[in-house]
Amino acid sequence: MWRDAGLVAAKDLRVEARSRVATNQVVPFAVLVLILFAFALDPDRGILARAAAGLFWVTVLFAAVLAVQRSFAIEADGGARDALRLSGLDGAGVFLGKAAAVAVQLVLLEAVLAVGVTVLYDVPLHDVALLALVCVLATVGIAAAGIVYGAVAAGLRVRDTLLPLLVLPVLAPVLLAATRASEAALATVPGDAWPWVRLLAVFAAIYTVFGVVAFGPLLEEA
Amino acid sequence: MTTASRATRVLGVLAIASLALTAWLALVVSPPDVNQKDAVRLLYLHVPTAWLAMYVSFGVTTLASIFYLWRRTRSRFWDLAAGASAEVGVLFIALTLAIGSIWGRATWGVWWTWDARLTSTAVLLVLYLGYLAVRRVPADPEVRSKRAAIVAIAAFVDVPIVHQSVEWWRTLHQPASLLDRQRLFDPQIKGTMALALVVGVLAFTLLYSWLLIHRFRLARMEELADERQLADALAERRAEGGEADAPVQAEDRLAPEAVP
Repeated sequence: MWRDAGLVAAKDLRVEARSRVATNQVVPFAVLVLILFAFALDPDRGILARAAAGLFWVTVLFAAVLAVQRSFAIEADGGARDALRLSGLDGAGVFLGKAAAVAVQLVLLEAVLAVGVTVLYDVPLHDVALLALVCVLATVGIAAAGIVYGAVAAGLRVRDTLLPLLVLPVLAPVLLAATRASEAALATVPGDAWPWVRLLAVFAAIYTVFGVVAFGPLLEEA
Repeated sequence: MTTASRATRVLGVLAIASLALTAWLALVVSPPDVNQKDAVRLLYLHVPTAWLAMYVSFGVTTLASIFYLWRRTRSRFWDLAAGASAEVGVLFIALTLAIGSIWGRATWGVWWTWDARLTSTAVLLVLYLGYLAVRRVPADPEVRSKRAAIVAIAAFVDVPIVHQSVEWWRTLHQPASLLDRQRLFDPQIKGTMALALVVGVLAFTLLYSWLLIHRFRLARMEELADERQLADALAERRAEGGEADAPVQAEDRLAPEAVP
């Protein structure tokens, strides 16, 4: 399972490194969203700085939907999905591999966005270690849930509109917990981050286990 | 063809009778609350609809989905039952939110507040709307059913969160009225108020069974109609194939009904 996961993750990341869709389209899109928020919320009155954590995570969620769609679009081309099934790779391994690939991309994106938020919204980073922990836990949860629902929507004619409807309500607790914990890390709003960090860890664990169990049946058909 | 049978007619009459009894108990017999006055009467609608949607409907959907995914028990029956139950559940969770909103306006002074109970219930509604969306996706029925079942099981994770939300977070919403370890044996509600609540829960459970059976039979009939249409279309094509051997005039072949 772990070997299969490594193979699939390496394959997905190699495809992304060569196609550069993530770097040329998803990252600019995410930065664009940050700039649009600045237009929408008056930057002079400090609203941006106070809302920075929430805006950061909303942007990550939007980008995550794109990353998941992309992760399944590369399987749709040239019958790659059938090839993946015929390869005899373990379903759980494929799930872990694809989730890991999306997670790696999202963590890189979050690093870019964190710089963007500090520069554009004028928010100082207060506790970098806590922010990094929050990012990693939240990203694991987002990637695991994203890949589960990406597989549910994959191959359907309405996949592009179905995926956000399915995955965004599921990710609502991640948005809430990650925002509250990040507010503590950015020191924009005082509060205790640890209950929220625990919630993020529980969410990530639940969806990782669910994906490992459910991905076999999802992969065997269609 | 009809979706009714003798059993559903009896069930329907029982549901109406018990709903009438609930209305009488809730509006006439039970006293107004000390703090909430007459607004408390919304309780007898709000609790039964919530109970029905969250625990009964979505519970049945989840169990049916598990049976559908398990190879040994896989059949169209479980898939259709899951879908029918979820549809009734979505209707009742929407009713719960609407009634709760009216109640909130009367007692808290606002239609909506971002309280953990309310927010997690709203998320629950959207999760099951997503499930119903998956059920309507144009795809091979077996693929669609299997994916819908997985979405249904994942969505049920929110139900215990909604249930515990009043305990885990400090909320404006009051704690559970009945389904709580302490209150189940030492109820805070007493006398006719408790009676109205229990009868309400029973009445709505009967209503749910009645709606579920009808919705399930309708879904089954829809599938049978689809199958029959397909069989008829196939028979038509075969008949056309047979005619092709006989001399047919060019205009007849181009007749509109021959074009698929």
